[in-house]
Amino acid sequence: MKVKIEVMLRDEILDPQGNTIKKSLNNLGFKRVTSVRQGKLIEINLKSKPSIQERQTIKKMCEDVLANSLTEKYKIKFFKK
Amino acid sequence: MDKKNNLKNLLDIHNLSQKEYQKIIQLLKREPNKLELGIFSAMWSEHCSYKSSKKWLKKLPTKSKHVICGPGENAGIIDIGNNDAVVFKIESHNHPSFLEPFQGSATGVGGILRDVFTMGARPIAILDSLRFGEIKKKKQKYLLSGVVSGISNYGNCMGIPTVGGECFFSSNYNNNILVNAMAIGLAKKSKLFFSKASGYDNPVVYVGAKTGKDGIHGATMASAEFDKNSKLKKPTVQVGDPFTEKLLMEACLELMQTNMVVAIQDMGAAGLTCSSFEMASKGKCGIELNINNVPIREKNMTPYEIMLSESQERMLIILKKGTEQKVKKIFNKWDLNMSIIGKITNTKKMILRKDNETIANIPIELTEKNTPEYNRSWIYPKKRKKIKKIIFPNKKEIKKIVFKLLKDENLCSKKWIWEQYDHMVMCDTIKPPSYGAAIVRIHNTSKALAMTTDCNTNYCDADPFIGTMHAVSESRRNIIATGAVPIAITNNLNFGNPEDKKIMGQFVMSVKGIIESCTKYKIPVISGNVSLYNETNKSHISPTPVIGMVGLIKNTKKLYKNNTIKKNYKIFLVGKKSTNIFCSAFLDKIIFKNTKRDLGPPPPLDHKEEIKNGNFIINSFKKDLISFCNDSGSGGMLISLIKMVIDKNIGFEINQNFVNNTMTNEIFFKILFGEDSGKYIVITNNERKLINYAKSNKINLIEIGKTVKNNIYINDEYISLIKLKDNYEESFFNYIK
Amino acid sequence: MKVAVVVFPGSNCDRDIFSAIKKITGTKPSYLWHKEKNFSKFDLIVLPGGYSYGDYLRCGAMASHSPIMNEIKKRSKKGIPIIGICNGFQILTESKLLLGSLLQNINLKFVCNKAKIKVTNNRTIFTNKYKNNEVLKIPIAHMEGRFYCDKYTLKKLIDNEQIIFQYCDIKGNLKDANNPNGSILNIAGISNLSGNVLGMMPHPERCSEKILGGNSGIRFFESIFESFN
Repeated sequence: MKVKIEVMLRDEILDPQGNTIKKSLNNLGFKRVTSVRQGKLIEINLKSKPSIQERQTIKKMCEDVLANSLTEKYKIKFFKK
Repeated sequence: MDKKNNLKNLLDIHNLSQKEYQKIIQLLKREPNKLELGIFSAMWSEHCSYKSSKKWLKKLPTKSKHVICGPGENAGIIDIGNNDAVVFKIESHNHPSFLEPFQGSATGVGGILRDVFTMGARPIAILDSLRFGEIKKKKQKYLLSGVVSGISNYGNCMGIPTVGGECFFSSNYNNNILVNAMAIGLAKKSKLFFSKASGYDNPVVYVGAKTGKDGIHGATMASAEFDKNSKLKKPTVQVGDPFTEKLLMEACLELMQTNMVVAIQDMGAAGLTCSSFEMASKGKCGIELNINNVPIREKNMTPYEIMLSESQERMLIILKKGTEQKVKKIFNKWDLNMSIIGKITNTKKMILRKDNETIANIPIELTEKNTPEYNRSWIYPKKRKKIKKIIFPNKKEIKKIVFKLLKDENLCSKKWIWEQYDHMVMCDTIKPPSYGAAIVRIHNTSKALAMTTDCNTNYCDADPFIGTMHAVSESRRNIIATGAVPIAITNNLNFGNPEDKKIMGQFVMSVKGIIESCTKYKIPVISGNVSLYNETNKSHISPTPVIGMVGLIKNTKKLYKNNTIKKNYKIFLVGKKSTNIFCSAFLDKIIFKNTKRDLGPPPPLDHKEEIKNGNFIINSFKKDLISFCNDSGSGGMLISLIKMVIDKNIGFEINQNFVNNTMTNEIFFKILFGEDSGKYIVITNNERKLINYAKSNKINLIEIGKTVKNNIYINDEYISLIKLKDNYEESFFNYIK
Repeated sequence: MKVAVVVFPGSNCDRDIFSAIKKITGTKPSYLWHKEKNFSKFDLIVLPGGYSYGDYLRCGAMASHSPIMNEIKKRSKKGIPIIGICNGFQILTESKLLLGSLLQNINLKFVCNKAKIKVTNNRTIFTNKYKNNEVLKIPIAHMEGRFYCDKYTLKKLIDNEQIIFQYCDIKGNLKDANNPNGSILNIAGISNLSGNVLGMMPHPERCSEKILGGNSGIRFFESIFESFN
């Protein structure tokens, strides 16, 4: 089972990398791009489908380690391998 | 016919000639299998074997009473007294940096750092010598940003200060940029390590990152030109992990405090193949490796891939038999992989085994003895004629000209670059990046090292022989201008395709230039690197022999007692007023307005004058007769003087005796912006004694003027220091946008 | 005074801070490896600069979960002085021993220069040898130094005088032009509410010798030592 965790900066936080990417895209001719935010995709492999308790553990991993709750938000998605 | 074509393709991929293939058959007494062919292709690549350059490099002067180790090891070693030794080397990562600037330059730094700490030395400084194409081009801006980020990220993460270097732009590098990185380290003379394997049955141990498919055939890529297929070559660029290298460095330095290491070598170009082969070859012994035990990152890697992988951050160590468990403890502490992958034998062969079967069997000494050494044909480079009619601007334009030159991408401040390098970590940087050589203290002592990389490619384009002698002389002047005594050099010879007689001629004459100057100055060459095939679609780079020099300051207490210059200090020129404008930045950018015209013959070089004036400066420092000094180099005397004072917020006034309105425009500008050799600019508040000392040593000492506040006064003009500093420091920020 | 310098995998400035403390105060600090769960009594704990865990994931994120941090959190509650410099500051915010977070510099570049820093609060054990609002030149070297916190946290920091250092101009004014990384309110260093934990991006150990270009850092160490004695 593959777990994909998207970590993004919270909306209120300035994202200079995202802004720079937007400018570059606009300069390259992609003028319809109005904004860009960039984040991280963390892929975790589990041996098998997680139990409910394990899902809670994954949530805790996100809260405690993978995302900084002050500045980042996260989304967890599960995929069959 | 098919078999012949297949063989031709195979040899092409491996960059081996038919002749070399026949030699392999002779050595093995049979045809090589694919793995063995791969091994030979790596060992006999230009990058690993130096086949085009060896014949000439053998003639370099490599000895002095202080040299502990010259070329041939991972880096050179110099004895600086008190059981201290300095280890240093310069290396290039040109081709990978053009393809992927961030990773190419980062892994270049990683490689040179490993070359230094593998000798038992803790790296204490990095310098980078960079060359790009025209800065107005988008691609060059992209490459520059990537390269600087790469060096910054790797060096900063390792916690080693990048304290100096150079950065030049010229259309000759539009399709082949140069990224040369120099690393300097400190070791104890009684605890140095080498790569010579020995001891029957001693374990061969692999430590560091796991082996992946990175950079396979990287060595062969470095030995080939770019062409339209180069874009497809992207996968061969290795990705660096400075965190793992930091752990590796600390673990190895910790291990080296014990007696458990027999020999050690980093895995660089051609990875496990090159390091194992070289270690056994140096020790005149045999080596047997078990491929099954090599830690790998990807499933199902073939032995070919494992042996040729250029995955970064790996070391190969020969340990004393029986110490394996103790050593494992050290690597476990640092969370690093350690695997016993083989042993030293007395068969004098390299034997690779997988699943209990022998998959390669190569006689080491025989292969080493038969490494191709080419005697490539070459022709003398054409000499340039003097340019007859040069029209000089009017003296009244001096202000405009000063601003224009200081704004030039090759002369302006590179603050944009060095503010991205942590140049203060390790708390020993006495003279950070600005102009001239950097100075780094030897921790917990009153000694320091001065270090610089130099090469003026205008001079080398004009005449590789004289231009290279200038490169050696300029680095010597930069070292001496800090109060240090030069001790040794390393060199990175960057050239185009050696199979072209003209390019080979540039290379040969350049090596002869190093021999000539180093012999006269009695400075040995202790390490170096050759990078050839810096060409794209037959368009080649300027001959670029980068000289990295290190000097020793025995007592830092005398240095920089006061970091400020006050007003009314006297400014002197050591040497005669300049009379040469050929090959100067002034001729190139002001008179010819950057139209890439032929700049004439190189400036004259006078070794006697260099030695005389250099020794005068060294001794004047010892006698406390000098506060500050800079060599008069690119841009000429006025530019060199401005660079020296501009960050100290002090201006100067040039005497009417030095330049004035009665002079012709030509003489006026030649004095201020002419470029030649052997000259220094000195600022002192001890002028009586300095003048007397110069007189008694028959040194040409001419008063230029004195320091004043706020402005620069030349002839009838004055220039605001604040405006000039702004122009000098901020220009580069605008170019890079 | 017993001083500990914590070493994480990837710490670089541990040796620098060791040397500076030894030179200025005569005390020889002890190195503590990040895996030590239990260690003897120390009067000052320093988390040095560097790239712990390569700055991977987020700066200081993985180091904040090192075995040693549990005990350090306990000691901080007991009032033991703790200093985090640069990466150390990042580890302290990730550990929630200090409020806020350090994000990537606003211009996306690593910056290494001698920044002008104002001593906003000189009534702490770390800054009492400086004059109020004194302007110092202290080197910075970081890629992630942009201090961020929400407006409520900022109000708390201001009201409780937890802002200790701010980037400024030569006269002490807080100007954008002197803010090297986009930190909110030019914040360069803060303390916790009880004042025993300090985090700062500038490196005082790098300006504790004239030969290195400045010695404004000396009084930083002298403050702590004299406060202890």
